[in-house]
Amino acid sequence: MSFFGKLSWNAIPFDQPIPLTAAATVIALFTAVLVWIAVKGYAPYFWKEWITSVDHKRIGVMYCVLGLLMLLRGFIDAIMMRTQQALAFHAQGYLPPEHYDQIFSAHGTIMILFGAMPLVVGLMNFVVPLQLGVRDVAFPTLNSVSLWLTATGALLVNLSLVLGEFARTGWLPYPPLSELRYSPGVGVDYYLWAVQIAGVGTLLTGINFITTILKTRAPGMTYLRMPMFCWTSLATCLLIIAAFPVLTATLAMLTLDRYLGFHFFTNTAGGNAMMFTNLIWAWGHPEVYILVLPAFGIYSEVISTFSSKPLFGYRSMVIATMFICIVSFCVWLHHFFTMGAGGDVNAVFGIASSIIAVGTGVKMYNWLFTMYGGRLRFTTPMLWSMGFMITFITGGMTGVMLAVPPADFLLHNSMFLVAHFHHVIVGGVVFGVLAAIAYWFPKAFGFRLHEGWGKAAFWFAFVGFYVTFVPFYVLGFLGMTRRMQHYNVAEWYPWIMASAFGILILIGGIVCQVIQLVVSIRRREELRDVTGDPWDGRSLEWATASPPPVFNFAVLPHVGGVEAYWNVKQRAREDLRLGQEPHYEPVEMPRNSPTGFICAFFATVIGFSLIWHIWWLAILGFVGAYATFVGFAWRDVPEYVIPAEDVARIDRANRAVRQEALAGAPPS
Amino acid sequence: MVSCRRIAVLVPYALACAPKSSLADSILSPAGPVSAGDRIILLDALVIMLAIVIPTMLTTLAFAWWFRASNGRATYRPNWTYSGRLELLVWSIPTLVIFFLGGVIWIGSHQLDPFNPLRSAAKPLEIDVVALDWKWLFIYPQQGVASINRLVVPVGVPLHFRITSASVFNDFFVPRLGSQVYAMNGMTTQLNLMADRPGRFLGLSAQFSGDGFSDMVFDAVARPHAQFSQWVAEARARGPMLDRAGYRALLRQSRNVAPYTYRGVMPGLFDAVAARAVPQSDGPKKRGAIPSGGT
Repeated sequence: MSFFGKLSWNAIPFDQPIPLTAAATVIALFTAVLVWIAVKGYAPYFWKEWITSVDHKRIGVMYCVLGLLMLLRGFIDAIMMRTQQALAFHAQGYLPPEHYDQIFSAHGTIMILFGAMPLVVGLMNFVVPLQLGVRDVAFPTLNSVSLWLTATGALLVNLSLVLGEFARTGWLPYPPLSELRYSPGVGVDYYLWAVQIAGVGTLLTGINFITTILKTRAPGMTYLRMPMFCWTSLATCLLIIAAFPVLTATLAMLTLDRYLGFHFFTNTAGGNAMMFTNLIWAWGHPEVYILVLPAFGIYSEVISTFSSKPLFGYRSMVIATMFICIVSFCVWLHHFFTMGAGGDVNAVFGIASSIIAVGTGVKMYNWLFTMYGGRLRFTTPMLWSMGFMITFITGGMTGVMLAVPPADFLLHNSMFLVAHFHHVIVGGVVFGVLAAIAYWFPKAFGFRLHEGWGKAAFWFAFVGFYVTFVPFYVLGFLGMTRRMQHYNVAEWYPWIMASAFGILILIGGIVCQVIQLVVSIRRREELRDVTGDPWDGRSLEWATASPPPVFNFAVLPHVGGVEAYWNVKQRAREDLRLGQEPHYEPVEMPRNSPTGFICAFFATVIGFSLIWHIWWLAILGFVGAYATFVGFAWRDVPEYVIPAEDVARIDRANRAVRQEALAGAPPS
Repeated sequence: MVSCRRIAVLVPYALACAPKSSLADSILSPAGPVSAGDRIILLDALVIMLAIVIPTMLTTLAFAWWFRASNGRATYRPNWTYSGRLELLVWSIPTLVIFFLGGVIWIGSHQLDPFNPLRSAAKPLEIDVVALDWKWLFIYPQQGVASINRLVVPVGVPLHFRITSASVFNDFFVPRLGSQVYAMNGMTTQLNLMADRPGRFLGLSAQFSGDGFSDMVFDAVARPHAQFSQWVAEARARGPMLDRAGYRALLRQSRNVAPYTYRGVMPGLFDAVAARAVPQSDGPKKRGAIPSGGT
C-alpha cells in the first residue's frame, strides 16, 4: 500500500471529456468566487458573519443555499439522463453504462440527501425559532456542526466527479451489487462516507430541534398553540432520531463488509443481502416523510395566510401529522413486495401503506376548507401550493396503487414508480420548498422576490413537470423498467422523447427562478419589506422586523392563542395603535464559534482518507476532530450581552414603521 | 450534430410504429390469467380512487376560483375554522375508501400470491431461472435442456418457475404474463404463470444489476404445445452441454448475449446455485483496479 493509499493519477478521468469539463468548470467557478471574496476583502465578513455564525437564521440560509446548489447539480444529472435515453433507442447514446449508472445514482443521492434535506432542514432552522417566539435553537453551536457536516457530505459526493467515481448502484446501494466483489471501485465508498457523515449532521439536527420545540417555547405557547409548521417539524425530527440511527447502522455494516471482510450482506459465508434491503427501507420510508411533513407544514402556513383565514381543523391536522409520523414506520416492506414474502405479509404492509393516505387525505380536505370562505390572494407561494394540491393528489393515488400488491407485481421498479415518486417528491417537497422560499424570503433578507418572474417560474415548472413525468406513467404501463441505459422497444420511444421535451420546459422554469433572484436583488429598494409583515401574516415570525435582529424578539412575546401574532395585530388594528412599549432588558446571545467548520474540515479529511485508504491521514483527521471538540469544551465564555439600549433602539425603529403603517391602513 | 439527425430519422419511425403496436407489451393487454388478474386489481384500485380523487381536484379548482379575493360575490368567513360534521366527513371519506381498498388488497394479495399454484388440469411445466451477469439461464429440468436469454413456453400449460441468482439481485419479469419476482442469491423464489395465447413477449430484469443491466432483456415465446415439443427436440439435438466447465464460463460477466440452447444440463445445478454450493459470479475482471470516470 502506497503513501496515498489507492489514490493515484489514474483517479482523474483524463480520457473522459464530460466529467473533466464539468469538474474544470466547477473548480474554475469556485476559485473565481474565492478570489472575488479575497480581492474585495470580504473574507473576514464571511468568516465572522456566516461561516462561524451560530445564529439559526444564518445557518438556515446557508442550508438553503447548499440545498439549492445541489438541486441544480441533481437537475443537470436529470438532463443528462433524459437526453441519454432520448438518444439510446437502438443505440448506445452518449453515456456508456459505467457513466450513466453513476449519474442516476448521484441524481437520487444528491436530490434526496443533499438537495431536499438541506432545504427542509434550512427552512426549519430559519422558521421554527421565530414561530416559537424564541431567540435561537437549544444548542446553537451543535446546529453549526450539523450544517457543516452536511456540507462535508455534499463536498465528498461532488469530489467524486473529478477524483475516482461515484457509486454505480442506484441511490440505495443494494448489496451484493455494492459489495467489494461486484463494485471494487471507490464509488460505493464515496457514497458510504458522504451519507454517513451527513447523516450524523442530520441526526444532531433532529436532537436539537426536538429539544428546541419541547423545551424552549415563548411564554404561553402551549403545544396546541404551536403553528402547524412547528408541529410538522417536530414530527420530522421524531422521525429523524428514530430512523437515522438505522441508516447509520446499516451503512456501517456495509462498510464493515467492504473494509474489513465481514459478511453481513455478501453472497458468501451466510451473508443475507435482503437484510440490507429491509433495513435501508426501514430508514428510507420514514425518510420520505421526513422530507414531506415539513412541506405539509409550509402549505398549511401559506394557504392559511393567503386565504386570510386561520387553518381549518387545526387539531385534526395535528392528529393527522402524528398519525403519519407513526404509521410511516410500519410500511417499509411495500418497497419489495416482489421479494415473495407471501400473501399475509404483503397484505398487511399493503393495507398499512394505504392507511397513510387517510392522514394525507384529511390534510388535503382541511386545506380545501381553509380556502373555503377565504379571500384568496394568488401570490407565487400560493400558486406553488395550488400546484402541489393537484400534483400530490395524483401522486398519492398512484402511490396507493403501488401499495396494492398485485398491481405492484406489474408496476414495481417501472417508470410508473419513477413517475409516482417524482409526483410526491417534486410536487410535494420541491414545490413546498419553493413556496417557502418565496414566502419567507422577505423575512430573511428584508425584500420580497419579484412576483412576475416567480409566477413565470411556477408555470414553466408546473407544465414542464407534467410533460416530463406523465409520459413515465405510460412507459410504466408499456412495461419499461427504470435505470435503462439503452433499449430497443419502439413503443417506448415517443414517450421518452415527450419527456425529453418536458425537461426543456423545466429548464425554462429554472432560468426564470434564477432571473427572479437577480431582478429582485437589483430592484430590492422597490421590493423592500418595511414593516416586517408583507403578507399580512398570522404567526410570530411576522411580529418582528425583516430581517429580524440577531436576538429575534426584543422581548419574548406572550402567546394567548393559536394565531399568536394575528390576535395582537387585530387588537392593534382596532385601537389604531400598537400595544404599550415593553420594558427592554439586556439580551444574552450565544457567541460565534468556528467549531462546526473545523469539525467538518476534519470530517472531510477523515472521509476522504477512508475512501482512498490513506490510513495515516484518517488517524490525523480523527485526532484533529477530537482536539477541536476538547477545545470547544474548554471554552469559558459561551455568551455575550447586548445592552438594553441597543435592544430598545432596534425595536423602536420597527415599532415606528409599524405604527405608521397602522395609521395609514384602513381598519379591517 | 449527429444526434439531431438521428432524432430526425427516428421520430417518424417511432411514430409510425406506435399506432399499430402501442399496446404490444403493455401490462394492460394480458396474455395470461395472472396478468389478467393483476390487471383487474390494478384497474379496480384505480377506479375506486378516481371516484374520490376527481371530485377532490375539481373542488380544489372550484374553491380556488370562487374564493379569489377579487370575487365580491363570495362570502368571507374569516373565523370559520371548525365544523364537527365536516371533521367527521373529512376523516370518514378517506377511511372508508381505504377500508374498501384494504379488502381488495387482502383478497388480491392472497389470490395472486406469485407462489400460488395455478388451477389447471394440465401438469405444470417446471422452469428453473438463474440470473447471471448479465444474462438469464432458463433450465427445463423435466426436458433436460436449458436456454440462454430466450424463454420458450407452451400455451395453456401452467408454468412453475423457481428463481434464484448466481450474482446480484435481479427481477424476473414478463409484463404480459404478469407478476414479477426477485431473483436473489442464496434464496429461491417461486412464480406461477401461464400463457393463454401464442406470441413473442418482452421479458426483462426489473431490478438494476450493474453495467450490463440494460441487456438483460429476453424474448419470452409462447408456442402451441406441438411446437414447444418440437423446440425441445431441437434443443436436445444440438448445442453444448451445461456441465461444470460450461457453468464456470457463464459466471464471467458478458453483455448482449445472443440466445442459444444447451442440449443437456448437469443434474441438480439449480439447487446447487440456490444453496451457494457452486462458485458465484466473478464480478468485474480487474478486481481492485480503480476504474476512472466521474459522475
